Amino acid sequence: MTEGPSAVAEIGARAARMRYDIIEMIAEAGSGHPGGSLSAAEIVASLYFGIMKHDPARPDWPERDRFVLSKGHAAPVLYAALAEAGYLGRDHLKTLRKLGSILQGHPDMKKTPGVEVSTGSLGQGLAIANGMALALRLDGNPARVFCLLGDGELQEGEVWEAAMFAPHHGLDHVTAIVDHNGLQIDGACTDVMCLGKVAEKFDAFGWEVREADGHDVADILDAVSAPPTTAGVPVCVVCYTVKGRGVSFMEGDAGWHGKAPDAEQTTAALGELAAAMEAAGAMPHAPHAGAGDASPAEGSAS
Amino acid sequence: MSEKRATREAFGATLIELAGEGLDVVAVDADLSGSTTTAKFGAAYPERFFNVGIAEQNMIGTAAGLAVGGKIPFTGSFAVFATGRAYDQVRNTVCYSGLNVKLAPTHSGITVGPDGGSHQMLEDIALMRVLPGMRVLVPADFTAAKAAIRLAAITPGPFYIRLGRASVPVIYGDDYVFELGRATVLREGVHVTLAACGVMVEQALAAAAELELEGIHAEVLDVSTIKPLDVETIAASARKTGAVVACEEHSIYGGLGSAVAEALGENAPVPFARVGVRDVFGTSGEPAELMAHFGLTGADIAATARDLLIRRR
Repeated sequence: MTEGPSAVAEIGARAARMRYDIIEMIAEAGSGHPGGSLSAAEIVASLYFGIMKHDPARPDWPERDRFVLSKGHAAPVLYAALAEAGYLGRDHLKTLRKLGSILQGHPDMKKTPGVEVSTGSLGQGLAIANGMALALRLDGNPARVFCLLGDGELQEGEVWEAAMFAPHHGLDHVTAIVDHNGLQIDGACTDVMCLGKVAEKFDAFGWEVREADGHDVADILDAVSAPPTTAGVPVCVVCYTVKGRGVSFMEGDAGWHGKAPDAEQTTAALGELAAAMEAAGAMPHAPHAGAGDASPAEGSAS
Repeated sequence: MSEKRATREAFGATLIELAGEGLDVVAVDADLSGSTTTAKFGAAYPERFFNVGIAEQNMIGTAAGLAVGGKIPFTGSFAVFATGRAYDQVRNTVCYSGLNVKLAPTHSGITVGPDGGSHQMLEDIALMRVLPGMRVLVPADFTAAKAAIRLAAITPGPFYIRLGRASVPVIYGDDYVFELGRATVLREGVHVTLAACGVMVEQALAAAAELELEGIHAEVLDVSTIKPLDVETIAASARKTGAVVACEEHSIYGGLGSAVAEALGENAPVPFARVGVRDVFGTSGEPAELMAHFGLTGADIAATARDLLIRRR
């Protein structure tokens, strides 16, 4: 489906707000992974506010679409989306990574409303997404499963075990999305362990591959929303992104994979992100609201 | 001679029963469904059986997703691959979230036989026992294996059920109920306790019969649940007999012997010895030859018990 300009603008505004939250919560935590959280902001915002059927007031609604963040270290972008949607109160964001918090360093399905699956050890999300999709099919449930992978994560062998599995079992209600930002902890993926041609690899494994500008909401919505062209063939969307997107001194720098900004850097980053929010027409955050008192998310079909 | 059956034969057969009773069980195997017997379940319930190919990590991950989706997944493969190769998946995806995944791999221990040390898993109990929330069951015979699978299916959370390739005598009758965390006193005695699991229960019973001829009355415990361990029964037996031998077809490190030693140390310190594989890998051979080669026969247990009783004096 194609969203109208206003929906695209609104999702862009939400992504801008989520970026601000990401930096604010990582700075408060004193540790975390800003680079890969920022690179996925438009992808995750598009899923939660333009693509997935879901209802924050009912995190266990059986027919909701499922999201699996296989690149679990990007937890801040997921938490920002869950807060933006109303699954959790915004006041939780400042507890990230602290003792007793519902927001663990990596996603924990037992602690955080709206988190479908615990992740963090890379390479495992797609296999889990496939299993969830099998269960949905057995139950005759039409829900879809979306799995966001990092590109460095594709170096894990299990990803390709799972990539073989989905087309073999005709899991066309699984959509894999690759946040292809080109960087990993030790540097550029091409230097650390070259991934080769990611789109062609998924094509060779039997997926329908689409490519998108991972910071262009309309492009993401077009690529991810449209159903598979061929029944039984799952879709993989390779999203080209910039690691650290939105903070000038983080963009394209692998050094910002897993470190928090200091006070001065935080001020500078939040200044840039506030300006971007204003440019995107994003309203300042509403007062803190918790799960249960939020209105349903404006997903495409909820 | 009583009937002999391999514990692995219980796997597919019990899943068929459970599905027939309406339980939402599914099976995920990794190209070993003939050996593990999940293929029989797959033939009966093709829509509930998933072969991932030779990809054990994916087997566990897919099962985890099925559990998230409300199913009761059982995974197959051999013990060496299901635990060792997929350890991080079992830890971080299954146990970390307490998912309802039941690992029931076959071909544990040296009784795998001719395939040799690469395929003879001797560290699986240790690996599984340390994972928070994982329950570890080691059935001694076909009947106990069926009951263990049944228990795991109806009890929420992760389970490890250790199944074997070799045929072993059927010890229990059809009225046997597998009680989680309960050891079974198979033979009462007063001089020494033989605490065994799996195929070693048969050997412990043989040892007790041998010792009986010498006037040594051995108590035999089938410690079918390694975790949670039946500390009460083991400690009570130790206080009664004053000596304990732990017997397992597993490394002497980290398995039943370690679990029993921990329980005794904290609750009933008595002279103690382990019969198990002593920090080496397995090797090719026939199961019975290997049992003798690695010192796991009833005669070996009896000899260990005698030494222990001398040491206690």
